[in-house]
This record gives sequence, C-alpha cells and structure tokens, in this order.
Amino acid sequence: MPNQDFIPIEALTQGGEPKLWRTPEEFEGHSEELELENYSEEGIEFSGASRRRFLSLMAGSMALAGLTGCTRQPEETIMPYVNPPENVIPGRPKYYATAAPVNGIAEGVIVESHTGRPTKVEGNPDHPASFGATSVHSQACLMDLYDPDRGREIIYLGLPRNWASFQNAWSQVIAPVASRQGAGFQILTETVISPTLGAQLQAVLKKFPAAKWRQFDPAGPHSARAAAQMVFGKPVHTYYKLATADIVVSLDADFLACGRGSTRYARDFSTRRRQGDRLDMNRLYVIESTMTATGGKADHRLALRYTQVEEFARELAAALSVGDASGSGAYQSWVTRMARDLQAHKGASAIIPGEHQSPAVHALALAMNAALGNNGKTVIHTNPLEVQPLDQIESLRELSRDMNDGKVDVLLIMGGNPVYNAPADFHFTTGLEKVKTSVHCATQFNETSLKTTWHIPEPHFLEDWGDTRSLDGTASIIQPLIAPLYGDSRSQLQVLDTIVQYPGRSSYEIVRAYWSNQSGVKDFESWWRKSVHDGLIADSALPPISVTPNNNFGAPPSSSSGGMEIVMRPDVYMYDGRYANNMWLQELPHPMTKLTWDNAIFLSPKTAKRLRFDNQQHVELKYHDRSVRGSVWILPGHPDESTTVDLGYGRWHSGRAGNGAGFNVYPIRTSDALWTGTGVEFRKLDKPNPLATTQMNQSMEHRDVVIRNTLDGYKKNPNFAKQTEHAPPANLTLYPQWNYTGYAWAMSIDLTACVNCQACVIACQAENNIAVVGKEQVLARRAMHWLRIDTYYEGDISYPTAYYCPVPCMQCENAPCELVCPVQATNHSSDGLNDMVYNRCIGTRYCSNNCPWKVRRFNFFLFQDWKTETWKMQRNPDVSVRSRGVMEKCTYCVQRIREAEITAANEARYIHDGEIQTACMQVCPTQAIVFGDKNNSANRVAKLKAEKLNYAMYAELNTRPRTTYLAELRNQNPEFQGA
Amino acid sequence: MPESIALEERQRKTARPLDPNNPLAVVGAGTTFETVSEQISSIVLTRKTPPFWWYTFGFGLFLFVVFIISITYLLAKGVGIWGIEIPVAWAFAITNFVWWIGIGHAGTLISAFLLLMRQGWRNSINRFAEAMTIFAVMCAGMFPLFHLGRAWIFYWILPYPNTMTAQPNFRSPLVWDVFAVSTYFTISVLFWYIGMIPDLGTFRDRAVGRFKKGFYGVLAFGWRGSSHHWRLHQTACLLLAGIATPLVLSVHTVVSFDFTIAILPGWHSTIFPPYFVAGAIYSGFAMVLVLGLPLRAVYGLHNLVTVRHLNNCGKLMLATGLFLAYTYLIEPFTAWYSGNDFEMYTVHNRAFGPHSWSFWLVILLNVVIPQALWFYKVRTRVVPLFAVSIVVLVGMWVERFMIIVTALDRDFLPSSWSNFVATFWDNATFWGSIGMFIVLFMLFVRFFPMIPMAEVRELLPFSKPGGGTEK
Repeated sequence: MPNQDFIPIEALTQGGEPKLWRTPEEFEGHSEELELENYSEEGIEFSGASRRRFLSLMAGSMALAGLTGCTRQPEETIMPYVNPPENVIPGRPKYYATAAPVNGIAEGVIVESHTGRPTKVEGNPDHPASFGATSVHSQACLMDLYDPDRGREIIYLGLPRNWASFQNAWSQVIAPVASRQGAGFQILTETVISPTLGAQLQAVLKKFPAAKWRQFDPAGPHSARAAAQMVFGKPVHTYYKLATADIVVSLDADFLACGRGSTRYARDFSTRRRQGDRLDMNRLYVIESTMTATGGKADHRLALRYTQVEEFARELAAALSVGDASGSGAYQSWVTRMARDLQAHKGASAIIPGEHQSPAVHALALAMNAALGNNGKTVIHTNPLEVQPLDQIESLRELSRDMNDGKVDVLLIMGGNPVYNAPADFHFTTGLEKVKTSVHCATQFNETSLKTTWHIPEPHFLEDWGDTRSLDGTASIIQPLIAPLYGDSRSQLQVLDTIVQYPGRSSYEIVRAYWSNQSGVKDFESWWRKSVHDGLIADSALPPISVTPNNNFGAPPSSSSGGMEIVMRPDVYMYDGRYANNMWLQELPHPMTKLTWDNAIFLSPKTAKRLRFDNQQHVELKYHDRSVRGSVWILPGHPDESTTVDLGYGRWHSGRAGNGAGFNVYPIRTSDALWTGTGVEFRKLDKPNPLATTQMNQSMEHRDVVIRNTLDGYKKNPNFAKQTEHAPPANLTLYPQWNYTGYAWAMSIDLTACVNCQACVIACQAENNIAVVGKEQVLARRAMHWLRIDTYYEGDISYPTAYYCPVPCMQCENAPCELVCPVQATNHSSDGLNDMVYNRCIGTRYCSNNCPWKVRRFNFFLFQDWKTETWKMQRNPDVSVRSRGVMEKCTYCVQRIREAEITAANEARYIHDGEIQTACMQVCPTQAIVFGDKNNSANRVAKLKAEKLNYAMYAELNTRPRTTYLAELRNQNPEFQGA
Repeated sequence: MPESIALEERQRKTARPLDPNNPLAVVGAGTTFETVSEQISSIVLTRKTPPFWWYTFGFGLFLFVVFIISITYLLAKGVGIWGIEIPVAWAFAITNFVWWIGIGHAGTLISAFLLLMRQGWRNSINRFAEAMTIFAVMCAGMFPLFHLGRAWIFYWILPYPNTMTAQPNFRSPLVWDVFAVSTYFTISVLFWYIGMIPDLGTFRDRAVGRFKKGFYGVLAFGWRGSSHHWRLHQTACLLLAGIATPLVLSVHTVVSFDFTIAILPGWHSTIFPPYFVAGAIYSGFAMVLVLGLPLRAVYGLHNLVTVRHLNNCGKLMLATGLFLAYTYLIEPFTAWYSGNDFEMYTVHNRAFGPHSWSFWLVILLNVVIPQALWFYKVRTRVVPLFAVSIVVLVGMWVERFMIIVTALDRDFLPSSWSNFVATFWDNATFWGSIGMFIVLFMLFVRFFPMIPMAEVRELLPFSKPGGGTEK
C-alpha cells in the first residue's frame, strides 16, 4: 500500500513568495549546507619538441580524446545530500492524499510524487467517492497541471504585470465602489462547493452588501436543482447507493461512465451485478436519447428522442401510480413490464435521470423513487453540496443584463469561461466589453481572459491548498503536491482574501483558519494532520434528510414540433470545454465511436440514409438563425430524427491541443433551449473533414471475441464459455513445456464489470509515458495507447447491443511475436511476462504483424515530446521514454512488479495478493481488471481463472495468453421477448 | 561413349548456325569467332553511345536522385512518412523487396541451372541476365534495410561477436533472409565476374588507350586464354553453377518464409515456397525480356539473341504462369476445405474487400493476359512479347502487394481492421529503386560485355571437334 507521508509539504508554504520550481534542497532550506564538487577536465600540455615527441604526444592525445569522447564535457556540479530530507529516497516515490475537484464535484485521490513532482494520480481507497479508483478526469488532470499553455503571468490589457501592481490597481478601482457599499461590483464564480471559498465569498458580500454573487456552469445539475425546487420547494442534493439496487433505470443518464459520481456508481453497480457469484445479477434499463457507454451495458435499452424520454417517464410514473402523471400511452409495452419489475423490488431500485434531461424528468424520477420506497436506501437526499444553490441560468442572465445596461463597474470572474460557453442569447461578451474593470482568475488564459482587463493565473489544485466536497458531502482538504509552477499565480481564496483584508493571507492560512473555526475540535492540530493525511475529513458526509415530493411535474412537453431534434450534451471527456487543451483527453477515444480530437454530428443510420449522408459527410447544421459546421457520424443505436452534438469543442484560445479541434456548439445554445430544440436543417458541404477514429470496424464479424450469454443461458449451461472457446489441449506442442515455478503473473478481465469509462486507458498513458500523436497520426492509424477498449455492436444497427473488450497485451506463453523478432528484442521472462527490450529493437515490425490482437504500438516518428519542460516533469522516471523506430506494448506494469519484488525480497517474504496493482487495475472503478500471481491458488486472479466463465480470446491459436476474460452476462427480464 | 556422342550430336543439331532457313537457330547465320568479338567489343570500346542509352540513363538517374532524396528524408524523419500503420506495418517496402528478389531469380536460373542442364541457348543471354540479378538483389536489399525503424543499427541482425554478447534470433525468418540474400548476392557476383573474365580479357586486348587497357586489364585478372586457363575456367563455372542452382529454389523459399512462419491467415500457407519460386521465375523472365528486347533492337544483337531465345523465354513464362494460376485456384480451395473461419475470410477479403482491385488485377495480369503466350506468333514477335512481359512485371508487383496488405489489413481481431493508403513517399521510394536499377544496368551495358563472347563462341561449329564441317 502506498506510503502516505505528510512531512515536508508545509515547508513549501512558509515565508513569502512561492518561487518557481525548487530543488529538493531548497524545499528543506538546506542549500547552504551542501558540498559542491566541481568536475572539470584537464587539458594536455604541449611543448614543442622533436617529431617523434610530437607524434607520441599526438597519439596520446588522440587516444585520450577517444577515451573521453569527441567534445569537451560541460562543467557540471553534482550535489550529494549532506543532510538529506527525511524519508526521501531518490527513486522511491512518495504518496500524498488530496482531493481532485473535477467538473464541480470532488473525488478523493492519492497522488504519486517523484522527487517533488506529481507524476500519477490514484484513487484513495478510503474515500467514499472513489474506493481506490478514479474517473478519467481525475487521472487526466495531471496534464492540466503541466499544460504548457497555462496562464503564467498576471496580465493587464495584454501586458504582464505583477501582484503588487494588481493590488495597487485594485485598491484604486474598488475605492469608489466600496463607498457605495459595493454597488456595481459583481462576482461570477462557477458552482462553489468549497466551504472555505464559500466563506470567503460570504465575507466579501458582508463587506460589500450591495455587491452581487453570481454562479454559472454551462453544464451541471441545472435540471436537478430546478426539479428539487419544483417537488421539494427547496434545494436538495440527490445521490444514489446502487450496491443494494436490484433494478436500475436510467432516464438518459450516462451514470456509469462519466459525470458526477460515476466512479462510485460504477463500483456499486458492478458489486451488485456480481452478487451471488453472478447468479443474482441486478438489471439495468436504459432509456436514452443517444448511444452512451451506460446504454451499451443495459440489459434492456430503448432509444428515444429527448422529449420522448420525458413522455416515457410520465407513463412510467403513471404505471407506478405516482401522482397525476399521465402519458400518451405510446410506450405501454415497456412501461408495464418495467413497472412490474420495479414494484417487485421495492426499496431496492433506483431511477436515475440524466443531468441534461428536463426538470420534469428529474421531478418524475424523484417522485418515482419516493413511491418505490427507495428514499433512504438506494436514493439518498441531503442538503445541497453547493454553498449557495441558485438558478444559475437566471443568475448569469441577470449579470449579462446588468453588464449590458452598464450597471457593472467591477466584475470578478473566478474560474470558468463564460465568453466561450455562456448561452448565446445573453450576449455576455458584448456586456463584458462594457465593464470598466474585469478580472479573470483562472488556471488557463482562455477566451474569457482575452476579453477581461486583468487575468490572474490560478494555481492548479495540485499546487495549492483548498477544500472541497464529494458526492455524499464528504469534505476533503486539498493539499498541494508541488509548489506553484508559476510564481505569479494566486488562488481564488487569495484573491478574495486580498479584497477583504489587505494584505491577504496564503491559501494555507485561509483554509486552516476556516477549519479551525468549523471543525469544532479541541486538538485542531491533530485533527488537521489526520484530515490532510487521510485525504478526507472524517464524518463530514452530509446526513440524509427525509423529504417528500409533491407531484408538481410541470406541463408535459409539446408534441414534437416540426423538424429534427437537436440534443446538446457536454462531451464525455471534454465536459464543457475546460479540458480542450488536455491532449490526453483529446486523444482518448470516445467510448462508443472511438473518435478522437473532434466532435461530430451524430445521426442514426436510418436518418443518415434518409438525408443521403455518408459517414463523415461535412455538413452545415442550421438551427434557428445560427449555424455550425461539422462532420456527420453515423451512430448505431441513436434515435431517428434526432441529432446529438457535444459541447466543449471548437475553442479558439485554449492552447496547442484545443485550438481548432472540433466545432463550437455554444453559439447555437440559448437559455430557453439549453439541452434540446427542434427545427434543425442540414446543408452538404464539399470540403471533406475526416474524423479520426481508432477503431474502424465495430462488428465482431461472427467471431467469438466477446463470449456472451444471458443469465438464464448461463444457468442452463454453465460451461458455455469453455464450449465456445475451443482451447486446444495443453500438451499440443512440439516443445517441452516450460515449468513456471515461482511467480506466474497473469490478469483476468471481467467483461460483465467493464463499463467502458476508459479510466484504465488514461492511467496506462500516465504511468507508462505513452505519447500523444495528434489527429493526423490517429487518422494514419498510429495511436499509441497500449491498452484500448474495443467497442462492438451486435444485432440490428438501429437497436444494437454493445460489448466492451479491454485489450492489453495478452502476455502469451507461446508468444507469436517472440518467435519472429530477428534481434531478440522481445523475450519471455521466467515469471511469464513478454518482455520488450526497447534498446535492442531495430524496428522490423514483424512482431506487430504476428500479433493476433495487434496490441503492439510502433513509434513511426519521434512521437514523444523531448522539448517541453513541463511535460518532462510528468514523466514516470521508472519507465523509459521511447524514441523513434522502436516497438512498445503493455508490460503488465513491469516497473511496479519489479519494485514489489525488490521490496518483498528485502523483507524476505512472498508478494501478497493485491500488493502489485497494474495501473489499469488500480484505477478501474468496477474492479474489472484483476492482476496477480496465478501460481498461488489462493490469489484472486487464480480463482477468477478457475471460474467457468473464464476464457482466452482466440484460444484456438494456441498462444496460451496470460490475460483471460470472464464472459459477459446480461440479465434479461423474461417478460421481454427479444426487446 | 554413348552419352558424349549424344551430347555432341545434340550440340551440333542445336547449333545449326549456318543454316539460314532455321529461324530457331541459337546463333544467327554468318556468325564467326571474329564477328562475335567485334560485335560485342565495339559496343563498349569503339562505337558511339547510342542516344537510347543517354535517354534511358538520364531517366534512370533522375529516378535515382528521387530515391536518394526519399531515403534521406526517410532516415531523417522516420518510417512514418510511408503509409504504414498498425496493423498494416509492412506494405510497399516489403512488396518491393520480394518483387526485386524474385526478378533476380531468372538470372540465376539462366546462368546456373540452364548451364547444368546443358541448354546451349542460355549462353548468349546469361550475362545480362546475371547482371540483372545482381542489380535486382541490390535494389531489393535497400528495402529491408531502410524499412527498419532504426536502420542505423541494422547490423544487429548479423551474428557478429559484440560487447552485448547478443546474438540474433535464429528462429526468425528475417535472419534467414539475411543469410539467403547475402549468399545469393555473393554467389551471383562471383559467378558473374568469373564468367566474365575471358571477355574482359578480350576487352583488354582490344582496348585502345592506357586508361581503358588498365581498367579492363585489372578486371581481367591476368587472363591469358591458354587452354590451362580455359580448363580451370570451365571447372570454376561449373562449380559455381552447382552452388548457385539450389539458390534458385532456396532464396525465394526463404523469402516466402517471411510470411509462412507468421500465423496470419493468408500468410500461413505451405504452398508459398513453390508459389513464390514460380512467381520469381515468372517475373524474372519477364524482366529478362523487358531488358533484352530493347537491347537487342538498339544494339543490333538479333543474331545473338535470336527468335529461339524469345521463344524459350516465352515458354518458361507460360509454364510458370500456369503454375501461378494453379496456386490462385488452390488457395481458395484449401481455405474452404480447411473450414477455418479466418482463412476463409481472408480469401473472401482478397476477392471482395477494400483491396479487391489488387486480386482481380492479378488474375487479369498474371493469368488471363499471359495466356497469349500459347501462340507462337506472340512468343516470337518483339512487340507482343514486350507488352506481355510488362504486364507480368506489373502483375507480379501487384500480387506481392495483395499478399502482404490484404492479409494484414483484416486479420484476426476485427477491431484492428484497417485500410492501407500509400503516400507519395511510398511511390517515390519504389520508383526511385527502379531508377537505381536502370542506372546500374545502363552502366553495365555501357562498360561491360553484355553478351558473353566466350560462351557464344562455344555454340559455333568452329568450336566443336571437326570444326563444324559436318552437318
């Protein structure tokens, strides 16, 4: 288990200006005690003499030149520690617990730090939102820390300034406002869940009573808030405990793969799914308006247009006798059977509405959950997480109106990017230009910073202190892993603190001050240390409250008025656009389409055929008076006469990765139609715009790639997996079998559990220094991900079932790749690993040709970046950075294996089960990937391999892969015949 | 002794040089020792270089410069400038390699195999055919070298003592390739050079000017033309022919192992060795004709490379082409008979997948059009024969491409299925290698005896006991 040491981070914050990147000695303040050794060369004396002497001297000097190399060595000072910092062993990473506030809610994480810089994010096993796993965004936020296009300096009207000049200017600007009690001063933040930040804002409002605090997030639980207001009359936060949910109904919610709390939901869902040795599976119904990873996992899935989802919800509510809900009756066959199923599991079901669905759907879900007795069991209501919940759309509307009316003199924008993502009808940008003094405090110098007078770079959460809340309200103190990379950065806490009291305190002091008030404990110091060490504040989860919904569901949606529907959703990985410059996320393939670096206009196969669009047809989409241009992507399982477009692309000032990637949807998004609308028209464009996908073929082509069955089928024939597998007999070989004594590393992947969130893909990229290749190279089929998740569709192309198959290296005992390498660059180790020796590889690529699963990746160019300083800091020093012309592949995280072996050898013991977790295994929310020593039958992986569902992909090729799968099961409702 | 009489009888009959009514004579009427020497030497030593040579050499040089640029850019930027990808990690480069090596096989067959079979008609064409082999092997060798991701450490594939104490993996077909191709090249050069020594002696004796005399003198290696030298020479040639003959079969068999040892459906097939060897001879003879016909026309070699040669080459092409047609039929049958889903799909993919154009083009170019060779009129007329040869060369290249790419682009796991698209640099490197071949071959034509004068003299009746006065 990682060693959670707490020691020297406090030293970072003591005294004055935080500097740029410090050496470890400076951390400890010991630099004056170091001994310096100078290393220099001696020249060779030449005194003219006889020819013989000359020749002997020349010979001698040439020999020496040969020995020392061609050029004079630069002078380098090497500085060994005289007094090394406590517990720092160079080469051994340290782990610190913190929390990652991503997309408006936090997840507890433990961050691995190599010599003072964070290199990898893992989940915090003790944290209730994570249980040791992470979401894709928690993994990828490391790249945001090291983003070379981050804001570095305080900017005033395009020119760099320093903090002192900002404070000066601020005091001059705020003075007249202060005399008016703050009239004309407004603050715009994103959703505030940080208790300390909330307290700061309250303090500011106290000082300036006439000032206004607005909040806005373009994506986020707007509908949930509105619905809570509708049915409870007050703000209420809802989350789900799916570990006891026998039936889960998703109304357009992609709750397994992305979104708030998905890590926890996926974990609980798959725990319940595997209950009773998989004989007591739960059941998932998904009614959705596009094809998502959760929908692909469903036991029963229905694709409906956005407004039809609401009609469905009304009918379901009516069938459950909820209030006066009623529907058109179009979905009776589904609804009656689902209602029966739900009522047979009262108190053990959950109806989850999609975040972007209408408030009515949320209200209906709240009422249905209450009627089914789920409240307090699988559906938990608490007080809101936000410090001040409000209608954020109205909040921004008022601000925009005030700005356009010239009523705002000073505007403080804390985070966010409203110039890019405010609803188009607010005219936010024109209003912003009328504000005399606007300050944008954010980590990125983005589109909004271009329009504000001041920009203050904000430290990343890994660089500074803070606090936050997670899904169930558990609060965490955020501790930094590294001193801020850019000395001028100031956190939002600090900026607000300066407004309230001049000069301001550091973030550390502010957070400590807040919690020393709030914690209410006698021994604050111990409480503080424990909370920071653990990564969460014990017992800080919000207590469940008991609320009863009224049956106010609002008016039913108007019947589909003319024209095609458009649905605008935040992108699975780009979210609202804040990650546009995160190149890991740009290159991470969309779970269902495997598209990278672009968003697309999704259409169903029938609709595309009707419109006579080929896949990747470049079109102009006209919606009301606005239009955007993008490429069509035919998405199996998408409802007809509807198109889905993802928000978060098309930025123009995000950095080298995000600029120009995809098309911007925000210009067609208005406040009256945040998520959906009708009346979409298309016009074909001639210029082609190809989209880069990493998987061109999503059909299994009648091959047994994913062996699958229904639960009933499994019960009738438990051996179906082995029967389909066609494994040859174990002695079918000319050669004597190798006897694997000692460790035999192996992996088992549970296909029932995998939800295609792809956190494992990003984790592998972070751990193994995998390069990002860019859109053109992905188009040229050269993406470098070692681990990929293949998505297959089966059945009717309009109503397909989807299957997910993670494909790491199979580490075959009879590896076809090892046979054909001419230089022995790939060999087999005695513990069963297929070793890849980068130094020896000359790049014939025969090994890739001979791999049946094509898990090997080749460096066709120098894909690794060798120049950007900040990206160098992210690299894991335990793994080579590969250069041009060599092959690479999954190694079962051999660096972690060897590290554990060394530790175990030093302690003269066997490696425990679970002591080695490969990167993919560690972050998987559903624990689908299990790694270990299969020679020990007590180990988890050995037990999983002994299960009847265990099979090797393409076992008939007799390669004896060490990576095997557990066949996938679906739990169909027997009342549904072929639905 | 009965054998030797039969041999002499046969030689007399096939020689028939002085019969003006026999169109299938191996040597044209009126040829004597002196005319042979004069005809060939004058091409190199005295006659003006024809414009044909300049145009062809210039064109070849242009393409060769393109090749140099392509290789430089390749080494500077990386193998990614080509269209290769995962899964299609081999495309043009290996296609070119196999195509060029295959072309070389006809030269060795003519030089070595037909010598052992005592086929007199090979005597006049074997020199330029063997030169073709050597240059084809050189062009071929460029590709496995430069397609490496790290070409500058190519020598790690060789078993040399090194500080890493690492040896290559002898189980890998690529290592076998190294041995096969290097032995092939070595033997071919040796055979070609040693066979050329008497002619170089002739050039040395006829050359005027110190430089030319010195150049050919060094190369002639002290040839005196004594009967002792002749006896040694004949023995040496026979021995080398004996060593080189198995290479005709073994080299391309080893090259085919590059594919058969892999487990990919479409590659893992036992018919590949004979299939590839037959294909090699097929394309090799096509190249012999593509080179020989223009040379014959431009340099007036009709009496040395006669209609008989064209006829025989055409017949060999037809025979090997028919074997290829058999293979194209047997592969789908074997796939169907095996019941293996992967194999059956690969056959289906070849015929109907994204690169099905290559399959049908191969059938057209390698099977359908060359059936014209059944007709004597096609085999013995220059234009139709040249056209069919070009068709076969193109067809063989497309066939190699088809084998490599259609097996890789859709193999076991559907999620890695892909499409291969060639880039500009793929084409530049390929055409550039043709330029390299043209440059080398034209230099050979300009400076070396392209027809072996000594061996043609052996065909004349004057070289036989009795002076050929008998009929």
